[in-house]
Amino acid sequence: MHTAIVVFPGSNRERDAALALERVTGRKPHIVWHAESTLPKVDLILLPGGFSYGDYLRTGAMAAHAPLMREIKARAAQGVRVWGICNGFQILCESGLLPGVLMRNKSLKFICKPVTLTVENTATPFTTLCHTQQELRLIIAHGDGNYFADRATLDRLEGNGQVAFRYRENPNGSVNDIAGIVNESGNVLGMMPHPEDAVEELQGSTDGRILFESLLKAVA
Amino acid sequence: MKLRVDVMLKDGVLDPQGKAIGHALGHLGFADVGEVRMGKVIELELAETDAVKAVETVRQMAEKLLANLVIEDFKVTVVG
Repeated sequence: MHTAIVVFPGSNRERDAALALERVTGRKPHIVWHAESTLPKVDLILLPGGFSYGDYLRTGAMAAHAPLMREIKARAAQGVRVWGICNGFQILCESGLLPGVLMRNKSLKFICKPVTLTVENTATPFTTLCHTQQELRLIIAHGDGNYFADRATLDRLEGNGQVAFRYRENPNGSVNDIAGIVNESGNVLGMMPHPEDAVEELQGSTDGRILFESLLKAVA
Repeated sequence: MKLRVDVMLKDGVLDPQGKAIGHALGHLGFADVGEVRMGKVIELELAETDAVKAVETVRQMAEKLLANLVIEDFKVTVVG
């Protein structure tokens, strides 16, 4: 599996994502600067966590208009897997690749702690190896993870099975306890928790590994 | 021409920052404060001299970037 990680000014989780991808795929990902206009041919494009553009205006709002985003949208339309984690999820929402928006946490606090997720949809390429309602213990680290969408959009998400993950205990006020969603075709995933922080024992949990391994299987 | 964009959360969208400000004002002794909503103000200068055209351009800017229409409304005004 060939992969690329897109780096924006203010991204800071790209190295951990790169290590996780390399560990699972056996190949170093391409690291691509956001101002590039071309992307190598890859099976997965990952938008990492961080604070792109210092979260100016709204989280992900500036990065959503970066030059490379046009190419990422085109690839997503062709079915290439796109995975936004934390700030990457915020960017995907702002760019319109995923519906809804991530607002300030209900508590107004930046929350950094392990949470338990349930896998709601095992038919996505990111979750094929999971079983329904499987619990994953992952870290969240965000100030703006409060997912919001209007009622019609939520109904559509729920009806289509586009909710990929839910929080067992809602940490941030997200509607319907949503922790991650996929687009209608299932090839674009956005999630607030950090699976790249849970790929080896040293990190306290290896629950994130199954998502990387699912992708590897889906692409093979 | 100088224009101003006021961006506010839509009615019905929870505004935790406004709520926190409201609580803080209460602690300061301002007992009669009702709901507090917080928004953003963006001022920008355009070379355009026709007010109607300038407002239309800024409206497009707001729709594309300055506001997120999922949760926010905006208002464009000419300030000078």
